[in-house]
Amino acid sequence: MTELSTPAASKSRTLVLDLKAAGPFVALTILVVIGYLLNPAFLSEGNLTNLLTRSAFIGVIAVGATFVITTGGIDLSVGSMAAVISGMMIIVMNSALETFGAGLTTVFIGCGCSIVLGLGAGLINGLLTTKGKIEAFIVTLGTMGIFRSLVTYFADGGTLSLDFAIRGTYRPVYYGSVLGLPVPVWVFIFVAICGWFLMNRTAFGRYCTAIGSNESVAKYSAIKVDRIKTLTYVIQGFCVSLATIVYVPRLGSASASTGVLWELEAIAAVIIGGTVLKGGYGRIGGTIIGALILTVIGNILNFTDLISNYLNGTMQGLIIIIAVWLQRGEWGRGKTTKT
Amino acid sequence: MLDGEAINQPVLVADRISKSFGSVPVLFSISMDIRSGEVHALIGENGAGKSTLMKILSGFHMPTSGQIVLDGREIELPANGQTEGLGIVLIHQELNLAEQMTVEENIYLGREITKSGILNRAQMQAEVQSYLDDIGLEISPRDRISSLSMAQKQMVEIVKAISRDARVLIMDEPTAVLTQAETELFFKQIEHLKAKGVAIVFVSHKLSEVKRIADRVTVLRDGQWIATNDADDLTPDAMAQLMVGRELSDLYPPVSEADVDADLVLEVTNLSAPGIRDVSFQLRKGEVLGFFGLIGSGRTAVFEAVCGLSDIQSGHIRLNQDEFRPRSVAETRDSGLAYLTKDRKEKGLLLGQKMRPNLTLFALPKFLKRFGLDQAGEEVALERAKRRFDIRSRDSEIAVGDLSGGNQQKLLLAKIMEAEPRVLIIDEPTRGIDVGTKQQIYHFIAALAAEGVSIVVISSEMPEIIGISHRVVVMREGEISGILTGDEINEAEIVRYAAGLKKGPDQ
Repeated sequence: MTELSTPAASKSRTLVLDLKAAGPFVALTILVVIGYLLNPAFLSEGNLTNLLTRSAFIGVIAVGATFVITTGGIDLSVGSMAAVISGMMIIVMNSALETFGAGLTTVFIGCGCSIVLGLGAGLINGLLTTKGKIEAFIVTLGTMGIFRSLVTYFADGGTLSLDFAIRGTYRPVYYGSVLGLPVPVWVFIFVAICGWFLMNRTAFGRYCTAIGSNESVAKYSAIKVDRIKTLTYVIQGFCVSLATIVYVPRLGSASASTGVLWELEAIAAVIIGGTVLKGGYGRIGGTIIGALILTVIGNILNFTDLISNYLNGTMQGLIIIIAVWLQRGEWGRGKTTKT
Repeated sequence: MLDGEAINQPVLVADRISKSFGSVPVLFSISMDIRSGEVHALIGENGAGKSTLMKILSGFHMPTSGQIVLDGREIELPANGQTEGLGIVLIHQELNLAEQMTVEENIYLGREITKSGILNRAQMQAEVQSYLDDIGLEISPRDRISSLSMAQKQMVEIVKAISRDARVLIMDEPTAVLTQAETELFFKQIEHLKAKGVAIVFVSHKLSEVKRIADRVTVLRDGQWIATNDADDLTPDAMAQLMVGRELSDLYPPVSEADVDADLVLEVTNLSAPGIRDVSFQLRKGEVLGFFGLIGSGRTAVFEAVCGLSDIQSGHIRLNQDEFRPRSVAETRDSGLAYLTKDRKEKGLLLGQKMRPNLTLFALPKFLKRFGLDQAGEEVALERAKRRFDIRSRDSEIAVGDLSGGNQQKLLLAKIMEAEPRVLIIDEPTRGIDVGTKQQIYHFIAALAAEGVSIVVISSEMPEIIGISHRVVVMREGEISGILTGDEINEAEIVRYAAGLKKGPDQ
């Protein structure tokens, strides 16, 4: 028994590593096949673009979250942040309407406002975590509550609506297409490529991984730990502002229920993608697939009567748990002890 | 615990034990017997198989072939630390204590005494107190582990083992992190346990300690059994020779003549920072300056302040004749100053990562090409470093945590040297590494000094300090108590300054 167990252990280890890298992709492929078998319309062009467009919001936010999580942090405030930024954008654009008319200028002012707010909110989260030396979980739990209540306050408990005059100008940002792909999908692709490059090909990405692996080692290796950590929250804020810019023209409104649970979906996408929650290992490619998996589940449930659409959350929850369980690789590895 | 007649009978016997990991054999038919009431030292170079053998003896690994005999009966040891039930306890190098719990809670962890379902704290505390009194450890059962010193934590581990009626205590480098005074205290406890009939197996790289405390010594080399001898029959030199299998005549390289007129590279004047007061010293080009002191005497604190790792309260630092105020480690690095930590596992290397990202982490700005990282350049640097520092690994893809201690230390040195510092501070250059690698590291240090790099070596090992330094600074309680040159550099003199029997920096 002992003679067999050792080679098996080392073999399953390489298997687990492969699975870690390819697992999310395999899972997505299986889901797509299931979707097609249940309803061939699943693979229609219309449904696929719809899928990608819907993935874009969570996907863009999740790319930012990948940096925060890789560095060992967490940002729970992204959903509320998206809501308050939506609200502020609508207020700013509505008031700019009188001065600048319903043209592009107003939309640009709105987008500029979104980016400034996103960077600012990220900076606040980052500085409170690093300079304030408060756990990221607490800081962003706090700002989550603050942002959520601010949007409720701005909307006076109701809904903030974008003036119909601007909606026409702003509409293409969500509904428009370039080269056959909707604008949000382009934004998603752009953010994904930038994120991948930043994570895998720059010193910044290397520093994020180092800090997440062991902050002391990073400090002794001449890495400006506080600065890098703060920057990850700023990147997260920027990603939220981009997601908001493409989200607002979809409904043209913001309310207390905008972006509810987005933080959990974003974190779920990151984790399903293989990034380690306690930091030190980040995969942008995995995150993208994670975001797609979450959307595909919802979409499949919409397509079939097999499982109630109301159980979407249950299915997502199961997928997250199964994904992490598979990544741990504790199945099949037996009772190998770590010493 | 054990009656007199059981003493000197073998309790635990390893009979022709072999072990392979996958297709890689690490132990070849090792036999070893452990008698009650003896201290049995297990020595060998890093990678000789000591850890594997210890883990087999304590049930953490299964032998590939061979038998374990306990009390004369062949037995298959239960896995995962359940051998404690048989009285065999392994104390890991990384202690296994819950930092935020108290001494009493740790000692009774997993077998708490309860009275109708409720913890009987009074009884547990009383029991723990009696154990502590018994071994003469002056801490309270209610102290938190995080508030204890390394030595005290070690003792708590031992108390924990004794409280579980350990008959065989296997310890992996118990003295590696202890000061001399703490080691003395520790040895007293060992004598005490020995007298009670406990069998003690311990691994150590400090051969003089082995000579002092061990009754018998087993030497392993490259997974093979080399010798088991009475400690009385072996000198530390003889042990070292058995370990490496060759003459170790030149452990320390010849110290080049100190050039007293060389340029001053680093001048520290009246430096005060957390843990140190009024520290002044000078370092010349190409000089090796030893820093000796007991643990907690402020040696590391001096250089954490100099390198921007902690705040300076007052004083001046001049680097290459210019006023220098470190604001960050990055700035220090760019000024040609680098600090190599003594804690390679917690502060030195990313154990879960591969060699390449570890090597280039400290000097990463050097590897930037336009926007991205120059990965080809990193690969070249790794090959160069492996050659230069003789870093051996099965392949470059393994995690650094799986390298042997010696190779980790060489990688850490290579990592720091990537920044090409002109002033290099090495804290405990040879902690926990074997004698062959030690020799290599001493030669690297001497070679760097000959190239004109100025080096500070902080060490608790007196022979090392004496063997490689041009001058020696002795610290005590956060202050410099003496700076020794030439013939003054000898054990007696250093001890006098370190113990506070003699004082007065004659700079």
